[in-house]
Amino acid sequence: MTRAALRGLVAAAVAAAVATGVARPAAAQGQVEAAQAALQGRSVDLSGTWANRLHEDSIERAPGPHIGDYTGLPINDEARAVADAYQVSMQNMPERQCILYTSQYIVMGPQNLRIEQELDPISGAVREFHLSGTVDRAPHVIYMDGRPHPSASAPHTPGGFSTGVWEGQQLKVRTTHLKAGMVWRNGVPHSDRATMTEYYIRHGNLLTVTMILEDPVYWEEPFIRNATFELDANTRVLPEPCEPQVEIPRAAGEVPHYLPGANLYLSDYAKMYNLPLDAARGGAATTYPEYAKKLRAGYTAPGKCPVYCCTGTTIAAMGNNQGACREDDAPATPAPGPAAATPAQGRQGR
Amino acid sequence: MRSSKVRVVHRFAVATALAALATAGVAAQGRGAQAPAGTAQPAAPAAPTAKAGAPFDITGTWVSVVTEDWRWRMVTPPKGDYASIPLNMAAKKVGDAWDPAKDEAAGDQCKGYGAPGVMRQPGRLRITWQDDNTLKVETDAGTQTRLLHFGDWKAAEGSQPSRQGDTVAQWETPPAGRGAAAPPRIGNLKTVTTRLQPGYLRKNGVPYSEKATLTEYWDLLRQPSGDQWIVITTIVEDPTYLTRTWITSLNFKREPNGAKWDPSPCSAR
Repeated sequence: MTRAALRGLVAAAVAAAVATGVARPAAAQGQVEAAQAALQGRSVDLSGTWANRLHEDSIERAPGPHIGDYTGLPINDEARAVADAYQVSMQNMPERQCILYTSQYIVMGPQNLRIEQELDPISGAVREFHLSGTVDRAPHVIYMDGRPHPSASAPHTPGGFSTGVWEGQQLKVRTTHLKAGMVWRNGVPHSDRATMTEYYIRHGNLLTVTMILEDPVYWEEPFIRNATFELDANTRVLPEPCEPQVEIPRAAGEVPHYLPGANLYLSDYAKMYNLPLDAARGGAATTYPEYAKKLRAGYTAPGKCPVYCCTGTTIAAMGNNQGACREDDAPATPAPGPAAATPAQGRQGR
Repeated sequence: MRSSKVRVVHRFAVATALAALATAGVAAQGRGAQAPAGTAQPAAPAAPTAKAGAPFDITGTWVSVVTEDWRWRMVTPPKGDYASIPLNMAAKKVGDAWDPAKDEAAGDQCKGYGAPGVMRQPGRLRITWQDDNTLKVETDAGTQTRLLHFGDWKAAEGSQPSRQGDTVAQWETPPAGRGAAAPPRIGNLKTVTTRLQPGYLRKNGVPYSEKATLTEYWDLLRQPSGDQWIVITTIVEDPTYLTRTWITSLNFKREPNGAKWDPSPCSAR
């Protein structure tokens, strides 16, 4: 038994002793409740394969957000500058093809989820959760043994360093030491100073994962998102190893990008949906009801849905990245024109 | 190499720990309790009222922070925009015929503000206890009121389906452990809403029928910063218009007071 594991066990024992009254002083009811709350999580089984139903943000999560679509993202000007410069063709570079999405991608991506739990052979308590099952997304290990996070100077990885505690029947996970990464596939970034709190909550066969991302470099406010998965033993969770290849021959050192002010597509999304450009540029204020009231006062929707009108709501339906689910729907790729925004897919739409 | 003294200390610590954990493991489950994985069970003994038995304080003012489905929630999307919703062809036909002017003429501006739709509107919730077994959820968007009934509440005989439907509620709390003086103050709220008037899941005329059922799980999240969020996992079933259940999740942040409460009427557009 490692020292860390031993420490965790003893700490659990102290909590357990309090919970069972072995060492309960008269005034320790709050501690008792806290200890009971910590133990309740042991009855929740998160293991299994979980299907992503894509019933929210299906365009952003599956085929990919449009260039210049930062709606609902509380980002600052620094983040906009990074995203504006992004060119999805960058992902074709062999050295970038297999860069992993950071672990925040669990609630941003379109893919299914596998959760495995490693149990302590004696106590039966979960020592680690392992989240996997998708290409491109970093392996995500959640340590449950109470170990501390490493020092600030420790290496950062795409998965980051995650520790979990049960709060009642919610698994609360704290992640630090993330590498810089991309939140949306149109280049919206997070920095290596970002930290993440996640809550895993199971209700029957549903698993809701809430992520709160905080980033002093690129985000004006904590960014909260949820994804709900459905337990499905038949869902597709395949290991898909990434093998870089030359897809587009380029001169050595050439990195596709837009210089500041040179991205001519940034306003296409706003034009296509009759939105003011400010709305498409995101920012914390745009996520609150006050902004909706201001926006609605002068808003007229396009007469007809322009694109991705009937996107499929499963991975299989989205598989061809087309999104038009019936013959009479508008095509996924609109005809060229001034308002034909181009979805920023990248990496086969993952 | 560790000394024998260290080994003895470790053995003692492990033995003590295991003994305590074994005792606690039994206690945490409660006598005979065998909850299926991830399925909370009603607490025992039952609290005398729902208000007294609440595992957390849900009352207050909560603001929706719209970071998901922004374009479909912050404005009314264009006609025919059905992305993300598992509709069938009958629903698509209804959606294609959507005409907000007709809704206005018929006095149906609130069709997008029924229980399955109003929670997705950008706005605030004001949650209070109407009485010891009824939570009142008011929305400033559309000025709607939902009542969540605990206990063995039944709709009045002869009552008709309504915009907000009939909602039964229960606290889902884990079983109390042996020796626990009171049920643990943890858990979530589950509500099930039926007897809805037909309305819109999305304001651009995406329909739900009178056969729709809305199930919601309300979970309180506590941030280290002190911020509190309610996340509502929402499941809509409708044999008339959906090919399968529609599952979404919403987040609301607690506000310190009701200063920003700003009621507005329903709008069909």
